[in-house]
Amino acid sequence: MTTPLLSVNHLVKRYGDQTVVNDLSFHIEPGECLGVIGPNGAGKTTTIRMCLGLSEPDAGAITYFDGQQMPHDALTIKARLGVVAQMDTLDPDFTAAENLLVFGRYFGLADRVIQERIPQLLEYAALSHKADAKPGQLSGGMKRRLSLARALINAPDLLLLDEPTTGLDPQARHLMWERLQVLLQQGKSILLTTHFMDEAERLCNRLLVLDHGKKIAEGKPRDLIAEHLEPEVVEVFGQGAVALAQEASLKTLAERIEVSGETVFFYTRASQPLLAALQAWPALRTLHRPSNLEDLFLKLTGRQIREDA
Amino acid sequence: MSQIQNKLWAAPRLSMRWWPVFRRNFLVWQKLAIPSLVGNIAEPLMWLVAFGYGLGSLVGQIELGGEKVPYILFLASGSICMSAMNAATFEALYSAFSRMHVQKTWDGIMNAPVRLDDVVLAEMLWAAFKALFTVTAILGVMLALGISHSPKLLVAWPVLLGVGITFSCMALIFNALAKGYDFFTYYFTLFLTPMMFLSGIFFPRDQLPPIVRAIADWLPLSAAVELVRPLFMDRWPEHPLRHALVLVVFSVVSFWIALALTRKRFRS
Repeated sequence: MTTPLLSVNHLVKRYGDQTVVNDLSFHIEPGECLGVIGPNGAGKTTTIRMCLGLSEPDAGAITYFDGQQMPHDALTIKARLGVVAQMDTLDPDFTAAENLLVFGRYFGLADRVIQERIPQLLEYAALSHKADAKPGQLSGGMKRRLSLARALINAPDLLLLDEPTTGLDPQARHLMWERLQVLLQQGKSILLTTHFMDEAERLCNRLLVLDHGKKIAEGKPRDLIAEHLEPEVVEVFGQGAVALAQEASLKTLAERIEVSGETVFFYTRASQPLLAALQAWPALRTLHRPSNLEDLFLKLTGRQIREDA
Repeated sequence: MSQIQNKLWAAPRLSMRWWPVFRRNFLVWQKLAIPSLVGNIAEPLMWLVAFGYGLGSLVGQIELGGEKVPYILFLASGSICMSAMNAATFEALYSAFSRMHVQKTWDGIMNAPVRLDDVVLAEMLWAAFKALFTVTAILGVMLALGISHSPKLLVAWPVLLGVGITFSCMALIFNALAKGYDFFTYYFTLFLTPMMFLSGIFFPRDQLPPIVRAIADWLPLSAAVELVRPLFMDRWPEHPLRHALVLVVFSVVSFWIALALTRKRFRS
């Protein structure tokens, strides 16, 4: 087994009498993309903040690379980290190229070294034509990619990305995913938090599901689905669909039935008998699909809206 | 809890990592230097012209340490301290707050290997630099107007940098406490404006009632004026150590408080 780039052990964080991170442990192997998913208030951002030394844990240890401890060795660690925060912190007064230059200086890099990297990073971020544009002139997706390029200025060994595609349109999101795939192919390691299950499924080798500050599941996306869910889902919606959940003839055909709003979800291992039985209600609409991460997520964390969401 | 308090109030951990942060501010300023220069020196010069020449013709000469000096010289030597104070204060309040709170520039910087302590130090020195720059421009105009030709103005220059440092340290306390820009109005109306009138800029402090004077003597702006004014008159200040000490104590104590409060703000 290789030494993890980051290993978090029995992390605890309390605000007053509220425990927001509760005995959390995980690690990241070199070359791995670990996704942290969870509803709002699950403790994702707090965990990232502790990993960055911005917030001090009440208990537990955060160990990086060759045994450096956060927050004790914060500067040594940060020299080898790349961070994209939830909110862009680009300098509005600087052009894209100047943003990279100024940020590189914070790492103590010589201007000559940074100037060499700037064209490559802008090209990587598909922003070569925007080198002289200020962030105010960039679209949301461009700003995020510039933030990503900025996080790479120090050639980091590990990237921490906090919701890197929140607020982006589908095109921009897909471009961001594609850029992150390139990094993973180059062997970079990534820790990312996300609300998007397709993002988690596409990018992450392994997932960590958090809720109420606790780890409630961990594993490869496909394995998690196989472990926790029936492979198929039939959604039924339309007038009177909810009553089907109580229908005795259907109940025997599904392993699990969930109702959310006006929709009934039948989770099943064999959908054909169920679909055939549903023919008896031609007015209702059905959607038959494989179960996915979103189903898993909702099963593990519930369908209700979080109060602090 | 006391352990957290200890950490907040721990000694500043400073290193040369403040320098790239200072350079960042410098690079922004380079883009806006000329327009900001006009803003920085136009107002103090209006005060000087309006009060110095206007009021000065009514007041005539002022007796200072047994010597009669023209009111414009009296006012110029005091108001330049006020300019250093204002320039440093504005930068360490409004501009630093924009970077810290509105633009989240500090958050970005702290994702790189730069400690909060060094960011605060950089902001402090940057505001002091802005004060020095403003003061230099005003000194140039004063020289051109022939208000003073004292060679000791060369000594006044670093002293005014020290004044900038003192007031930027003090302003950073209020920066750390602010929820929004409106909060800074309190600092101006409750602290700086009274200090401006009590520190002997517009009239000698011996005009003040004794009890007020006893307090006014220890204000940092009074110390600044006591150090700078004689230099304008080609004399050495009386009690230079005492006044310098006032500035140093205000600087060190304020910086420490500002740092602790800023650490608290970023701990959340």
